[in-house]
Amino acid sequence: MSRAGWKVVLFVAVCGLVFERPAAAEQPPEAVIVGSKAFTESVILGEMLRRLAIDAGISAQHTRQLGGTRVVWNALLSGEIDAYPEYTGTLLQEILASEGLSTVDELSVVLAARGIGMTASLGFNNTYAIGMKAEQADRLGVKAISDLRGHPDLVFGFGNEFMDRADGWPGLQRHYRLPQTDVRGLDHALAYRGLEAGTLDAIDLYSTDAEIAYYDLRALQDDLGFFPEYDAVVLYRLDLAERAPAVVASFHELAGRIDAATMSALNARVKLAGESEAAVAASFLEQSLGLQIEPGTGTAGQRWWQRLWQRTAEHLTLVAISLSAAILFAIPLGILAARRKRVAHVVLATAGILQTIPSLAMFVFLIPLLGIGGPPAVVALFLYSLLPIIRNTYAGLKDIPASIVESAVALGLPPNARLRIVELPLATRSILAGIKTSAVINVGTATLGALIGAGGYGQPILTGIRLDDMGLILQGAVPAAVLALLVQGLFEAIERTLLPRGLRMQTNAVGATD
Amino acid sequence: MLELSQVSKRYGDDHALKSVDLAVAAGQTVVLIGPSGCGKSTLLRLIVGLLRPDSGTVAFEGQVLTAASLLEARRRMGYVIQEGGLFPHLTVRGNVSVMARHLQRDAAWIETRLADLAGLVRLPANLMDRYPAELSGGQRQRVSLMRALMLDPDLLLLDEPLGALDPMIRYQLQQELKSIFDELGKTVVMVTHDIAEAAHFGQHLVLMREGQIVQSGSLKALAENPAEPFVEAFITAQLEPMSRLNAVLG
Repeated sequence: MSRAGWKVVLFVAVCGLVFERPAAAEQPPEAVIVGSKAFTESVILGEMLRRLAIDAGISAQHTRQLGGTRVVWNALLSGEIDAYPEYTGTLLQEILASEGLSTVDELSVVLAARGIGMTASLGFNNTYAIGMKAEQADRLGVKAISDLRGHPDLVFGFGNEFMDRADGWPGLQRHYRLPQTDVRGLDHALAYRGLEAGTLDAIDLYSTDAEIAYYDLRALQDDLGFFPEYDAVVLYRLDLAERAPAVVASFHELAGRIDAATMSALNARVKLAGESEAAVAASFLEQSLGLQIEPGTGTAGQRWWQRLWQRTAEHLTLVAISLSAAILFAIPLGILAARRKRVAHVVLATAGILQTIPSLAMFVFLIPLLGIGGPPAVVALFLYSLLPIIRNTYAGLKDIPASIVESAVALGLPPNARLRIVELPLATRSILAGIKTSAVINVGTATLGALIGAGGYGQPILTGIRLDDMGLILQGAVPAAVLALLVQGLFEAIERTLLPRGLRMQTNAVGATD
Repeated sequence: MLELSQVSKRYGDDHALKSVDLAVAAGQTVVLIGPSGCGKSTLLRLIVGLLRPDSGTVAFEGQVLTAASLLEARRRMGYVIQEGGLFPHLTVRGNVSVMARHLQRDAAWIETRLADLAGLVRLPANLMDRYPAELSGGQRQRVSLMRALMLDPDLLLLDEPLGALDPMIRYQLQQELKSIFDELGKTVVMVTHDIAEAAHFGQHLVLMREGQIVQSGSLKALAENPAEPFVEAFITAQLEPMSRLNAVLG
């Protein structure tokens, strides 16, 4: 391909990335999009909001289990979602901590200034607590958090958010002057299993978690009053109140309807009894608000192969777009790096640094620019796919024996013809190896796209971790592994057709005679 | 045809060439000879422009070679290296015709030229679609020579073209190569470290040491009137094994 041809291809690829809009934006303007965080209670509340919107006569979608407070909050601010359930403590201590607010009234004012409305408390306070197995707590004589000071050898395991939040472990440690040093960050849903297995002695709890009763845990008394109130509220965009006042009114209807025991019971029905969030939310709304719910909508009504097909389509879309774009970008960059030493330093270092950015952090950077869903996931996967291809293109070109490159020069071939006729064909094997590496990484990393609502095989994995359901995890993990093998096989087939026949032979002359 | 004046080249602190002057007339065969590291290959690479001189000039057919004029000039030179430097992903036909195809020469012309050259270097026609990996060392050098001759260059540059071959094939190819040169009547600059090979090909030997030309002339002139003890030592060192062989065989 000529140099101009490459430029056109690159330009088109860039445009495709930049201008591809999330599917959500193509919905009719009155559609409501609800978000939720990646834990069961949030998903149940999100389902309730979706049902309320539908009941108010507006079509609604639920982008469930987004990966973390920052992701959901940014999605709300940028209009990717219209509403999601949040907790006042999180708003005061974490999201708006720099504002130094102390009351819920002040909070409403600050939120309104950002175009966000807030309902009154839904009726329960889901505060953080520190929990131990009741049996162990009794044995050690631990009743309150300050009793932990006497047991410096205890192993703590906290949810990743709790580890870093000002209202989490750092503040708690300072407030209670806790001496423990063996403190591990892990997924909240997995922490219960660590406690059960005995590898952890104490974990953070949400006070409405269904597991507290199930695992016979003791929530330690917050005797020095560290944890703030975490009243559940609904956050919504103020423009939703103009677009769909009936929906916002129904959100406000929910205020005061759910007490802590009820929420805990709803959580238990999903996590322990295996009901779907949609069903649990629907039956609650029927009983407490008298809603008439049409059964059988949502993903629960799909056959397994329909779900599998949908996730495969989502996953393949993420992989295909990001990998193709990465190939189109990385090969020219690798060529450029091989030709110019200074460019090589900059390009290889930059791609290397991109590779080290944790995927969730990358998503959070991208959400203000691209929203949630497919586009930020595609861009993140694209960035992660660059390094192996750039590096292998560079290495493949650099590894061509000097005698062959010099022969091409001595023949009088100009640089571009050398590249096309000699250098790229000889680097084919290395370049394809880089693409194969990228493809496998890409298929695996794409499962994390579910953290920001991009769907794919990560969706059942995320749900499976949340619900401690190995079957669900396998529903995502097995197809992802199969897809990785298939993609690798595809590129091996491409290699067989693309690799010049002369390169597939052993380079020795034994057997031939003069 | 070819004129180097005051050409110097350094690799870091090492002088690869020190103010070398060399003139090659059209139709002449010049053989550069000397021990390893004497700068003979560097000289050849400067002529074909794989290296640029730090100072001094290389003039080809009356024109000083510059970065701009090199590309054109190379197409009037043929260059053959020790291992052949063939492109492993191209067949014999692809290797030999690569430059002609790039210059969009007529396909029929290319086929005729290929057949002529195969005849000249005695390469069996059935090898045309083989890859380098399927050829013997001697066949590869024949193909490399065909590639160098494809565009009918005015100057042929050969860097130890037979150096990697075993002695029997090497001897046979020396004979053939000599008759090809005689038949074509081209200007040839060849590098070797083997004085017998040098004498076989060249009317004119250029003996080098440590980046400088020590003496040039016919082997006879070098042997009879060595410019310095090194010349005599170099010739003796290479002739000694021969005389020992002769003594054994009586």
